[in-house]
Amino acid sequence: LLSQLDKNIIRKLQDELPLIPEPYKAIAEDLGITEGVLLERVKELQKEGILRRLGAILHHRKAGYDANAMVVWVVPDEKILNAGEIMSSFTQVSHCYQRVASPGWPYNMFIMVHAKTKQECEEIVCKIADATQVYEYEFLYSTDEKKKSSMKYFMED
Amino acid sequence: MDKLDMELLNFLQNSFPVESRPFITLGNQLGITEEEVIGRIGVLKENGYIRRIGGIFNSAKLGYFSTLCAMKVPENRMMEVVEVINRYNSVTHNYVRNHTINLWFTLIVSSEEKMKAILEDIKFKTKIDEILNLRAVKVFKVKTVFNMVEV
Repeated sequence: LLSQLDKNIIRKLQDELPLIPEPYKAIAEDLGITEGVLLERVKELQKEGILRRLGAILHHRKAGYDANAMVVWVVPDEKILNAGEIMSSFTQVSHCYQRVASPGWPYNMFIMVHAKTKQECEEIVCKIADATQVYEYEFLYSTDEKKKSSMKYFMED
Repeated sequence: MDKLDMELLNFLQNSFPVESRPFITLGNQLGITEEEVIGRIGVLKENGYIRRIGGIFNSAKLGYFSTLCAMKVPENRMMEVVEVINRYNSVTHNYVRNHTINLWFTLIVSSEEKMKAILEDIKFKTKIDEILNLRAVKVFKVKTVFNMVEV
């Protein structure tokens, strides 16, 4: 279970790291602890996999990835593990999730593909289809980004 | 945006130092001063390349879970429906997509009850009865680092 201190640290780190020479010192002062304690806790959170990554989060369109497709697949149960592993092995695939299918929604595998152009996205997906031998899929391109934010934990609705 | 900026962005994403003077270490890796690192990051933020510098957490390990939701929204009601949905902190992503089921959002919540309550609330406020709730069964991959490519 997380201590109150860890929760306070998480609340700070999910915000913006101050762009000053000693950012951790500033955070530690806010929390009323020493910089040393903070650095130790942050490393511990990283080691435990609670803090998955610390660093810059980019606007990926700005990073040169203009075509970002969600591709949904109907994968038979017995093929799920294999297909999931193959899809994940593509560097252009950032997310790969098996999800529950639903009445009116037969797709049970979801991937996000990022490339410079739509054509490149489609070529990658063709390769994935051949590699997994799964051919029932659909592209859903985003036409408008309405919200994109990082989750704020321990600050409930 | 020059080659040094690209390298800086790659370093910043992959290995932000957990030590007292992180920008000195980054500077040493790039052969520039702490001051220049901070200056360049400031410009990259201003120009919209960097959304945030901070932590990304594993929601499952914090006792949260996420789900992908989707609904069919008539084009002329899109704005008001988006406004209702975006108001929740638990909604982290919300996209219009080219499909008859056209609005897709993710929800990160700390309990089953909370998830149900938010979805019921959205149905009530939007008068749209059907929301697909596509819970994850298995996570195969989550990658949030983008190597900078030549543009």
